[in-house]
Amino acid sequence: MTENKIDETQQGADENKRRFLIKVSLVLSALSAFAVGIPVVSALLAPLLEKAPEVWRKVADLDDFAIGAVKLVTFKNADPEAWAGITAQSAAWLRRDSASMFTAFSANCTHLGCPVRWEEGAQLFMCPCHGGVYYKDGTVASGPPPKALVQYPVRINKQQIEIQTAPVPITTL
Amino acid sequence: MKMLKKIWAWIDDRSGFSELLLPLIKHPVPPGSKWSYVFGSATLFCLVLQVITGVALSLLYQPSSSDAYQSLQFITHQARFGRVLRGIHYFGASAMILMVGIHMIRVYITAAYKYPREMGWISGVLLLFLTIAMGFTGQLLRWDSNGVWSSVVAAEQLGRIPIMGKLAARLLMGGNTIGGHTLSRFYSYHVFIIPAIIFILLGFHLMLVIRNGISEPPKLGRPVDPKSYRQWYKDMLQKVGVPFWPYAAWRDMLFGAATIIAIISLAIIYGPPELSQPPNPAYLYANPKPDWYMLAIFSLFALMPRRIESVVIFIGPVMTVLMLLSLPFISHKGERSALRRPWAVFGTICVIVFVFSLFLLGEQSTWSPQFTAKPLTQTNIHSSDTLVIAGAALLYQRGCLYCHKVDNTGGLKGPDLTNVSQRLTNEDLRVRIVNGGTNMPAYGGILKEEELTAIIAFLQTRK
Repeated sequence: MTENKIDETQQGADENKRRFLIKVSLVLSALSAFAVGIPVVSALLAPLLEKAPEVWRKVADLDDFAIGAVKLVTFKNADPEAWAGITAQSAAWLRRDSASMFTAFSANCTHLGCPVRWEEGAQLFMCPCHGGVYYKDGTVASGPPPKALVQYPVRINKQQIEIQTAPVPITTL
Repeated sequence: MKMLKKIWAWIDDRSGFSELLLPLIKHPVPPGSKWSYVFGSATLFCLVLQVITGVALSLLYQPSSSDAYQSLQFITHQARFGRVLRGIHYFGASAMILMVGIHMIRVYITAAYKYPREMGWISGVLLLFLTIAMGFTGQLLRWDSNGVWSSVVAAEQLGRIPIMGKLAARLLMGGNTIGGHTLSRFYSYHVFIIPAIIFILLGFHLMLVIRNGISEPPKLGRPVDPKSYRQWYKDMLQKVGVPFWPYAAWRDMLFGAATIIAIISLAIIYGPPELSQPPNPAYLYANPKPDWYMLAIFSLFALMPRRIESVVIFIGPVMTVLMLLSLPFISHKGERSALRRPWAVFGTICVIVFVFSLFLLGEQSTWSPQFTAKPLTQTNIHSSDTLVIAGAALLYQRGCLYCHKVDNTGGLKGPDLTNVSQRLTNEDLRVRIVNGGTNMPAYGGILKEEELTAIIAFLQTRK
């Protein structure tokens, strides 16, 4: 009788120990998964965790532009990685409105982001993808674009024209 | 020989290959599972082909934004059999999408998604969209100017997701702009993340095929009754079932092998698509256009009413996925025969005709300006009047010919101007050119009065 009681007490203690160890193993597994998950998820979400710097880039000399001229200007994006190569390049359409006024248009169609091109003869920006057309002031002339071309800030600094870099303009709902 | 048999017997005993695999290979299937059943296995054959050729390509491809273009040029033009390898991977992707599409249509037409195969349908729908995602991310890995601008287009589409659109777009591009992270991410999506999900779902899909059995060919007047179906199916297999290998599998093998031979032949004859310009986001003369399986959606973006487009870009795919996933819950029992489900057949035909029509329209892309339009020549100008000749020249210089056709010259976006003076008077022409229209810019602020007069003078000669 006493021996049976001792056995039952022993079994109860073993069961309690097993339950505790199961809980410990689950907690440790969750902890290790969490510890691995942090760097993995941070790699996945890296583009959202990075700051989005905006810098001024020199794109042309003031003397290169006649009043009324529209030219393609290229520049490096705000935060080019060392391994980005040619993909660090960006472009905009720059128009000289007056002696001291410039307008810089994003090269992305506001419909679906395709590259718009300036057609000098037609005095229009045209998109090859779905036929979006914009007037020279960037407003929509025809086709599916929902809004005018996005503009970049421009400034003149020591006889040089500078554009403030910006993210690829994403049209939202 | 005896020695080899002994070695195999030892391996088999310790590994349990025969014990594990033979019941799977020889599991009974319903008789009459003939040629319409081969498309699922053909999709699997294509997947295996894509994995093998993809691994081979990864030995040569540089998944870096700066070097991928050069490595693709190397694969295509210098590496031994590189052109064929890329070609097989390219045509293999097309074949896989084609096969998975036909497989899905067969399952829908024969209502094989009904009880107890609902989960098979659900996993199949997810596999279909993952296959398309593989095709699209693969197209982006073709890292030329088309690939770069297609990435921006994909980001723009994600941008239409309410509230978190911009975040999703940034996540896709790997930052605010195209750059060093962009291709690495596409490579990871295409080579690791999406395939991993595909393998998990495919394992589940195949497990369900074994668990629930291949659906028997439907018979008119034999509806599916969830209460008795499993027992009926079991009894039927016991009575008339045939082993999968070789009675049903030979067709799968034959069709799968023929598919792969066709893919290899196309790769040898046509090769992979040639690359366009280097992946420079500052190169603005690219004309990004997706591969054929996305062309219908590309067309839809050009043809949808503008007021609803932004919403449809997001709602459309979500609704399509939800509708497909909900199908086995809406209709999980009853008749399977297509003869008793005429609306299902009609709906399928409508979808096929709709998608194929959009595909053909996408091939023509009549909405795009034809930047390669040539100036009009003396054969198009039926007059020696200097004003008319000047008007014809202006039609080219001012970009009118990008959208309008005169004889055989010009684009298709706007009305044909070959005989325009039969339809419109001098005043009509002036009003339309100056004010524009729904799909035409107003040229009032662009043309000078004398230019307008010259253009109208030319158009009046087009009778």
